[in-house]
Order: sequence, then C-alpha cells, then structure tokens
Amino acid sequence: MTSNFSKPLRRRVFFKQSLFSLALCATVGMGGTLQAATPDNMLVIAHRIDDIVTLDPAQSFEFAGADVNYNIYGKLVNFDPLNLDAGYQPDLAESWEVSEDGKSITFTMREGVKFHSGNPVTAEDAAFSLQRVIKLNKTPAFILTQFGFTPENVEETIVADGNTLTITTDKKYATSFVLNCLTSTIGAIVEKALVMENEKEGDLGNDWLATHSAGSGAYKLVNWKPSESYTLAANPDFYLGEPGMKRVIVQHIQESTTQRLLLEKGDVDVARNLNPEDVAGLEGNEEVAVDTDLKGNLMYISFNQKNEQLSNPKVIEAIKYLVDYNGMENSFLKGQWRVHQSFLPATYLGAIEDKPYSFNLEKAKALLAESGVENIEFEAGVREAQERIEIAQSLQNTFAQAGIKMNITVGTGKQILTRFRARELDMYLGAWGPDYPDPQTNAGTFAFNPDNSDEAQATGLLAYRNAWDPGPFTAVVEEAVVEGDNDKRRAMYEQLQRDFQATAPFVIMFQKTEQSGRQAKVQNFTIGGPVTASAYWPVSK
Amino acid sequence: MNEPVSQSLSAASRPPRSQWWMRTGVRVLSTLGMILVTMLGLLFVTFIIGRVMPIDPVLSIVGERASKEVYDAAYLAMGLDKPLLVQFFVYLWDVIHGDFGQSLLNSRPVLEDIKRVFPATLELATLGTLMGVLIGVPLGVISAVKRDSWIDQITRVVALVGYSMPIFWLGLVGLLVFYGVLGWVGGPGRVGIFYVDIVPVVTGMILVDSALDGQWDVFRDALSHIVLPASILGYYSLAYISRMTRSFMLEQLGSEYITTARVKGLSEWTVITRHAFGNIKVQLITVIALSYASLLEGSVLTEIIFAWPGIGSYITTALLSADMNAVLGGTVVIGLVFVCLNVFSDLLYAFFDPRSRDDAL
Repeated sequence: MTSNFSKPLRRRVFFKQSLFSLALCATVGMGGTLQAATPDNMLVIAHRIDDIVTLDPAQSFEFAGADVNYNIYGKLVNFDPLNLDAGYQPDLAESWEVSEDGKSITFTMREGVKFHSGNPVTAEDAAFSLQRVIKLNKTPAFILTQFGFTPENVEETIVADGNTLTITTDKKYATSFVLNCLTSTIGAIVEKALVMENEKEGDLGNDWLATHSAGSGAYKLVNWKPSESYTLAANPDFYLGEPGMKRVIVQHIQESTTQRLLLEKGDVDVARNLNPEDVAGLEGNEEVAVDTDLKGNLMYISFNQKNEQLSNPKVIEAIKYLVDYNGMENSFLKGQWRVHQSFLPATYLGAIEDKPYSFNLEKAKALLAESGVENIEFEAGVREAQERIEIAQSLQNTFAQAGIKMNITVGTGKQILTRFRARELDMYLGAWGPDYPDPQTNAGTFAFNPDNSDEAQATGLLAYRNAWDPGPFTAVVEEAVVEGDNDKRRAMYEQLQRDFQATAPFVIMFQKTEQSGRQAKVQNFTIGGPVTASAYWPVSK
Repeated sequence: MNEPVSQSLSAASRPPRSQWWMRTGVRVLSTLGMILVTMLGLLFVTFIIGRVMPIDPVLSIVGERASKEVYDAAYLAMGLDKPLLVQFFVYLWDVIHGDFGQSLLNSRPVLEDIKRVFPATLELATLGTLMGVLIGVPLGVISAVKRDSWIDQITRVVALVGYSMPIFWLGLVGLLVFYGVLGWVGGPGRVGIFYVDIVPVVTGMILVDSALDGQWDVFRDALSHIVLPASILGYYSLAYISRMTRSFMLEQLGSEYITTARVKGLSEWTVITRHAFGNIKVQLITVIALSYASLLEGSVLTEIIFAWPGIGSYITTALLSADMNAVLGGTVVIGLVFVCLNVFSDLLYAFFDPRSRDDAL
C-alpha cells in the first residue's frame, strides 16, 4: 500500500518526521548507538518462537520447542550436532545390548553425569522419563507407543535395574528404528525427584515442566516468556565440557526484514527466518554469512487412484516429466526448497539422491500417446499458501503444454485436508514432514497401505488417501522396520525408493531448505538438519 | 440566629442534601450496572465468535498428527462436549473467581500472561498519547488561530498524512533510518537483548522498573528502544488530536462571546487561552481519552514491527490459533480499560463543566 500523495509532499512529511524524532532524541539526551556488538560469551538469536506451546519434553512437538529441549536435556542416545551423518551416538547411555530375540534393548548408563540440580542421572530417572511419556499420552507419545508400550504395561516393559535400563518392545524391530525414535524430544531424560516434587493433581509435573527445566544438558532454562523470548544459562558441569556461550537469548522477531536489520547492526548473532529477498539483500556484506540448511519436509503431488485417467501407469509416468523442477527451484523457491525426488529426506538412513525426472515435454507427450488416454482433466486441491499456489500455477502451465487440464481448487488447510483424507481429491499438492528421524516415519506412510478398502479408514496414511494399493511395497516396509542389520536395512530402503519412484502415483518434487544469517565470526552454529534441532553448545565466536 | 430573609435563587431551588446523596447513589449504581451489562455482553459476544470461528481449538493444541485418543482426551479436558451456554456460564463462574483459565497456546495462566503483556502496551500507549497531547493540542490551537496561514496548511497536511500513512511502512522506514542508518535509537524489542531478564519486575513497565532499581544504563537503553514506536504512535495520536483541537477552536473563535471579549479590549492571548481554549477543554478530554483507549488496545502492526510484546499482538496471535481463554482474557482487560476511561472522562466532564452537575441545573 502506498499513499496517494505527491512525492514532494511525502518528502516534506518525512522531513517533519525526522525533525520530530530528532527533537525527541535531543530531548532525552541520547548520543549514538548504545551497543555495537553482542558480548563474546553470549549468543543472541532472532527467531520466530511463537509456536512453542510447552517446554515439557513429553508434550513438546514444535520446531522452536525442539531447539530449547535439545539444549536442556540429555537423552539415552543423541545426534552429534557437528556430525549428523554419523547417526545416533551414545549420550546418557554409554552403551547398549540387544537381546537374542531382538525385543529387548538394555542400556548401560554413563557414570558421573549430573542433573542441573547436582543430583546424579540414574537409570531410574531414565525409566521414569520414558514411562511418563506413555502415561501422559500427549501428541508425540505415538513415537513410543508404536512399540507396544501402554500405560498398563509400561512398568514391566521399561525397567531400571541398578545402572541399566531395559526396554522391551511388543515384537522385534530394527534396533536403529527404536534408537532413532529415542533421539526425538520425547526421549529427553528428566530428573524424577524434581519433577515429582512439582506434581499437581497427578499430572506427573506436566504443568510445572511446561515452564521449567529438570535436565542434565548443556543449558538450563532461565526464563521463557511465550512469544517474546527465552533465556538459557550454561551448565558448568555439562559432561562434554562447559559450553563457550554462557548465556543464550532467543528473541521472537516476527518479521524477516526486522531480523535482517538486527543482524546487520550486530545486535543479534543469528537471524533464523530470512526470506529470499532479505538473503539477497545481505549479499556483499562481509561481516555476515548466510547458511542454507536442509530440513526434513518434502513437497509432493499425488494422484487419486480412483480416477481412471490418473491410475494409468503411462499417464503417471508422463506427469513426472511435466514438472519444471529446476525452473521452480531457481525462481520463486530459491533458498526455500531444493529438488528432491524420493520419499526419504536426504541424510536419512537409506536416503537416495537419484533424480531421474526433469521437465521433458517430448517424452511426456510420447508417453501420453502410448497410454491412449485423451482429454485428461482433473481437480487439484491446494492450501491457501502463497508458495503452494505458485507451484500449482507452474504445474498447471506445464501440464497444459501436454494437453492436460488441471483445475486448481484453493482452500484452507483444513478444507483441503478433509477432502484429501476422504479420498475425494483427484490431485493433492502438499508437504509432509517426518515425525522422528527414522526412515519408517515416511516409508510407513508413502509406501504402506495394508487395506485399501473404503472401510479401512486408514486416513493417516498418504498411500491410503490416494486410494493406492502399493502392492509388494507394504510387505517391504514391514520387513525393513524389523531388519536388525543396518546395512541391509539401508539397502532395502534404497531399493524400495527406486521402485516407488518408477511406479507410485506420487511425484516427490522438493526438500525444504532453511536460510539463516549469522555474524561471520560465529562458528559451529547448526540448526540440526532434517534429523534434529539447533545446538548451542558447540558455538564459538 | 434568624434565617436570612432573602435566599439566592440557586439555593432556593437546590434540593435537600439527603436527596442529592440519593440521586448520586442512584447514578453510581446505574453506572456500575451499565458497566456490568457492557462487560457481560462483551464477554458473551466474544465467546460466541470464538466458538463459531472455523478454527478447531483442539487441533491447534494437539496438532494434525495426534491420534484420535489424544484428540478426544483434549476435547473433553477443554469441556467442549458441553452445550455452548453451559460452557459460557462455567467460564463466567471462573472469571468471577478471578480465574481466566489457562492459555491453550502456552499452558500458562492467562492472567499471568496479561500481567506480562499489558504493561508493555501501557508504557507505549502512555508515551504515545503524551506526545500526541503535548504536540497535537498546541498545534491544533495555533492552526486554528492562524487559520489558512502556512502554519495551518502544514499542520493540516501533517495530520492528514498521519491519518492515512500505513503504519507498517512508516514503522519499517523509521527503523531503517533512525536505527539502521543513523543509529540514533535502539532497535526492535523493549531493551537491547543484552539487558533481557536483568531488571526485577515490579510494575512490568521497564522504564519504571529500571528507574526503581536504579539501573540507569538499562533505563537509557529502554528509552532508546521506546522512542521510535512511541513517536510513531504519538504521530498518529497527534494527527487526530490536532485535527479535533483545530475544529473545536474554530467553532469557539467564530462565536459571539469571543467577539464581545475582543470588543471589551481583552488581550488576544487572554481571549484565546482563557475563553476559547477554556471552553473546549471538556470536548478535548473525550478526544484524548478515545485516542488513549485506541492505543491501549495495542497497535498490532507497531507491536509486530518493533517486536513489542504487548496486548495487541498477544490477542491477535491468540485469535489466529483459537486460544479462546487468552482472547477472552485480553478482551476483558481492553473492555475494562474502555469502561474506566469512559467513567474517568465523565468525571472530568462533571468537574470542568458546571452544566453537567446535578445541583447546577
């Protein structure tokens, strides 16, 4: 919006404004800027953090909350922020053994680790923490309950004995699957005594932990003001050594432009939510660096197999050649999404980088001719988000070049999702984010659908929402999730994705990337890639 | 002692004291009744709007991936299975007991949140209004007295621009120029991040708290942060106040008693300040109260640009995520502010304007 005034007039007003502020500054007797840079032992971050609902790790399921908890709590196993490719590593458990039948894992706890309170971290605390997740049964509890844990059996299936903790699942699963799940936020180990001291009406300390911390990690929580800021203080007894940044302050700054301004002025060390325009604006500024990191979300389109035209294998294949992957990545998606064509996000166990498809009009036309299907016309459901509408318009344009008519229906997330779940949409354009850093989280939804009948109502599965029976893929997913040998498991997913790529009525197009700006002198700041969250303890200046 | 034979007219017509008390009592009671009805209506309407909005509050807590059990448990915990009216009365009952419930968004008591965000808005709005009054009133008076002169033209343009300039743009440009380029003022936020969580919270207004604690470096820093957003709000308030002042003054200056006063040979200064301005004070109070109230609602856009954690952005965030407890709590506070300011300006009215006093009629 601009005002309708002539330029000179606006200039005059602006001059008036300047005088006004000038007068104000003079009135309060202020000189120049008050602070040019943040202290060397303090990390200051501008970030959108208004999605944090609670800091209780048994309930927290938002991105910004995962950052906080990653720095406060130790887990049995965890990722090394500077080496994510290495996968899960020992953390509060220094080793583990799997039973003969593959159902039980016994963890041996690391000696000498203390909670922030000074009390030792014990197997009892670990057992309590995992049992607590199951008993509270908040949103992310499914990550653990999928192994057959219930509030009724949890005392027998998660057991502490001296310095060891044994967890027993309802059947044999791949060890890597179980351990990957334990690296997510719900795997955080809380201090039993402190939490139970603050229990209210049998809530296992859920209310208290929403705003307090009881961990053993690199930082303790000083204060969290919702939608405003959170402050962390370094834990001098952190078992990996005291963090260099003694204090971390994350302030909620909604606007990308404002974040950029703070970064350029040196008032913050890191700006986490920069849009492409502001990233471009930072080019040439030598004091600032921009990092582009992968995240786990995938952008895809999928086709309803109840639609006769769209269930023809040749038509599906043709459509995969009618997407202008690179054109979109290099224009309006720049820095936000990158081309990715398989259902496991890059960096996941078994992920592949194959990109067999690119925009190829001739090939698509030939395939459509082979299919014998003519006058293809269908409806595509899209959520009312700028980015998605732009992708839909690009698809509409490239499909039309091959004579395919795509009608776009834009609606709220809820409207479109409701129809997608009811298997009523011809085509859906959407994003899928993994729930925990294991291939099963995506394999079990893209390529798994044991009962494709309308009565099954398996609306949580993407394959089901497209009324697609993945045939042999379902069995492969079930086998891969119980395969104890990691190399074999990886190979199974690699093969599964290649087969899926060739035949599935899904066109996976992009993987999310995030751009954050930082002062060039800030080293080792990571945002956790697709598998975990942002770690503050390795950071130095 | 004998009664005086002649009584003044006003004394003769004055009602006995007991009757005056009764009438005042009735007036106070009816005012209180009106406040109560207003607040009830406000709560009811907000409550209904919140319930018919096409946002599922349960979904916004448990997320799309939650299992049906988790969803149902949250649904029951929030009492959404009860009839709407029952839900409303349960809520009302709690509010009467000072319990505004918990925010669905951050699981903390709403009252605690409001105690945290309202002072931030209060501080900003008070400063903004102060600027608006201190600059807007004199400008309006001068502009009326010097009607059609260049001063008047400029004032009118400034007011018009202040009225029509998008605040979002103005805020960003202000930040870019005075913080980004010139470095005269602090950036977004209430204090430099370095000073976050340093001053003990007493009133929640950081300028007051840092002064009370004797932390003058924090005070200076906080002042440098509030100058710009307060100036921008002040500019808007100034635009409105100066326009209204000008038109009130013009009305007075054109009236007969002013001509009479001039003919009597009173100095122009006395005519303008004592007579004309004296007579618009009452109307001005209402205008200022209105302007103050609108700033106290929290200027959402200003708060977003300047990362100012006030009640405006609090309620907006809450609305967008169907956090009804927070929305209702915030609405009650804003409603109370309006009612208080109304009563306050009524009282001032009565004080300044003899015509509105009972016993003067």
